[in-house]
Amino acid sequence: MNVNEQKLCTVSEIDASCRVPLLPLFGGAALWLVVGLALSIVASLTFHKPDLFANCAWLTYGRVQPAANDLILYGFCVPMALGVMLWVFARLSQMPVCQPLLVIAGSNLWHLGVLAGTLAILAGESTGFTWLEYPRAAAVLLFFGFVLAAIAIFATFGWRHHRELHVSHWFLLAALLWFPWIYGAANFFLVISPVRGAAQAVIDWWFTNNFVYVWLTLVGIGTAFYFLPKFAGRMLYNHYLALFAFWTLIISATWCGIPQGAAVPAWLPALSTVGSVLLIVPIVSIARITCKTVCGSNAHCKGGPFCYIKFGTVAFLLSSLMYIVQGCPHMSRFVEFTWFTQAQAQFQILGFFAVVMLGSAYEILPKVMGFELTYPKWVRFQHWFFIGGLALLVGSLAVAGVVQGVKLAGGAAFADVTSSTLMAFRFSTTGLLLLLIGSLMFFANVFSMTAKWKWGLMKSCIALVKGPAATGEVRS
Amino acid sequence: MKTSLPIFLAVFVALGASFGGFVAGSVSQLGTAKQAIVLNSTEIYPVQRTGHATLGLQVYRANGCAVCHTEQVRQDGMTCDLVLMGGGKNTAAVNKALAEINPGNGGFTTNELPKTILRGVTKEVADVAADKITTAGGKAEIHINAIGSDISRGWGVRRSVAADYLWDYPVQLGNLRAGPDLADIGARMADEATQLRHLYAPSAVAPKSAMPPFRYLFETRKMIGNVPSPDAVAMPQGVVAAGYEVIPSEDAKNLAAYLLSLRIEVPLYEAPFTPAVSAPAPAETK
Repeated sequence: MNVNEQKLCTVSEIDASCRVPLLPLFGGAALWLVVGLALSIVASLTFHKPDLFANCAWLTYGRVQPAANDLILYGFCVPMALGVMLWVFARLSQMPVCQPLLVIAGSNLWHLGVLAGTLAILAGESTGFTWLEYPRAAAVLLFFGFVLAAIAIFATFGWRHHRELHVSHWFLLAALLWFPWIYGAANFFLVISPVRGAAQAVIDWWFTNNFVYVWLTLVGIGTAFYFLPKFAGRMLYNHYLALFAFWTLIISATWCGIPQGAAVPAWLPALSTVGSVLLIVPIVSIARITCKTVCGSNAHCKGGPFCYIKFGTVAFLLSSLMYIVQGCPHMSRFVEFTWFTQAQAQFQILGFFAVVMLGSAYEILPKVMGFELTYPKWVRFQHWFFIGGLALLVGSLAVAGVVQGVKLAGGAAFADVTSSTLMAFRFSTTGLLLLLIGSLMFFANVFSMTAKWKWGLMKSCIALVKGPAATGEVRS
Repeated sequence: MKTSLPIFLAVFVALGASFGGFVAGSVSQLGTAKQAIVLNSTEIYPVQRTGHATLGLQVYRANGCAVCHTEQVRQDGMTCDLVLMGGGKNTAAVNKALAEINPGNGGFTTNELPKTILRGVTKEVADVAADKITTAGGKAEIHINAIGSDISRGWGVRRSVAADYLWDYPVQLGNLRAGPDLADIGARMADEATQLRHLYAPSAVAPKSAMPPFRYLFETRKMIGNVPSPDAVAMPQGVVAAGYEVIPSEDAKNLAAYLLSLRIEVPLYEAPFTPAVSAPAPAETK
């Protein structure tokens, strides 16, 4: 079909076309978030009572913690990102979703991969590489699941009515290209055809940085730059500054991530230092764009999606500052290999990305489903639970990390260092519990809406079967 | 901007550059690395781990030990000690040189050799001082010590370098020290029974340890006739009920073998140090 011949679709038609492909993405993601946070709590129990799972191989800390982390990152973050991208692209293209079947197939492959990978980690079949623990079979499912969904999103993008690109297009398209490259390359060099020696560790750090930091930033900020102007009722501040932030982000952030004290040739951490310092430029640009777009607008968020995305963006700025600290040699001496780095990763994933995605989902869901959220009040409750939970989780781990780093550098006995961090785990477990309660609210909303929609479908099917025959048949 | 081509190019340039640097660069440098030669020796390093230790690495991986333990020792720098090894024939000249180097040193007597003259100085200072002693007819050695908080903690005698992991798959350097660094655990805890005891009941070996016990790698069974079987690991009082014994599984023994194989003990070109007990004195001499 020629572009000029396409007829303009109404907003409700576009939203309705997203319904069927979005539900498996959001539904699975909501489930994995709940399971992931529950497993995180199980893992953190080990710090309160070390011999709790001494006889249970499946629940030992070294298996449950990576399984929980991966469930939140692969199970929740990526499907949510695909769903939000799909809707944003359909809206920006002013066209219905192209090839929704590909998205459905892709999301099912993806969720199957996550399930297989999680079971494999718990059974002791992890690859042993941080953030890349899923073994080969699961990784193949994930890769092709993503590619299928990405093809549909690209097709929707290619069908767009206005040829002019939106700022969000840059970030989100880059993210679509980014993931297959890094996930494919890392799996190829580490799992399929492993390289020799310490290069494995370098490739794992490269992947971790490009996924947990860069990819999440591209999707999260791309989404925030779509929603923030809409909520604030203004244009996005300075299109060119956003382009500048995009370029500087992908040029500098890709070089971060190698720990300063790593046992690898010195040029690798040195390049990471340069990348970390340059990272200040896109961070300041993004902060300025966000501030100029949001500050002083008359829109009130009242705990709704606008609040989520504002909070998520602020969390992004803070977690980026923590990331820069890790990359600077003098400061990283005290924080590397401590809980501080874990706090930063949790902040990036749960504080920034998950919150932006949850806010977007709460905005998208009522539109796509065509009816209101089942529990609209829970949106505000969840917002507060997440803020409280994140403050406890990230704050306590970051403080514990700095204390641990300073004491280790100062030569305190290791047992004393460990026991000085125990207090922090009481707070962080409480924080995880609050996050779990919050995520249950999202889960309840998504599943009750799905059930309501399916019940509606079933009723109309029954009505069709039971109803009087069509007039055409009677006549013949 | 109306086409997506600039975005494709942007991704290709930015991610391609970092791919070229970190992935292709490290693959071409580290991925093709060969065994190194031990400093001042003809031995090659590292040698392949034993079969049990290689299997043990897979137990280490499967149970996620690297989630809490790093295997990389950091180093802040190095210092040199100057050690007088021999006085030569002209004792007076050597004594004069010693006084010049450090007035507090005083002279030396033959039976206190080797005597450390300078401690914790830079390589330049040590070189100049060694020159003076050599000119006076004495014999001096420069001993290199790695320094840093990890090293003073006893986690290793030098920093970890890429060569230490040449034969390992997967290489798990770790990102968090919830537990101590393990790069040199085989030297710190050099006894298999202690390793096994520590895996079974960490707090019995390391008080206040936060490490979860790995009892599922062992079989706790009733002793036959109150005589422990030869395979049993001796446990301190109170760890197992009376009349019971602890038998390590193959996995536990392999894991202990792997932990025992984790040692940093040889000096390399990129991480030099002078071994503490140097029988043939292979240290750098001036």
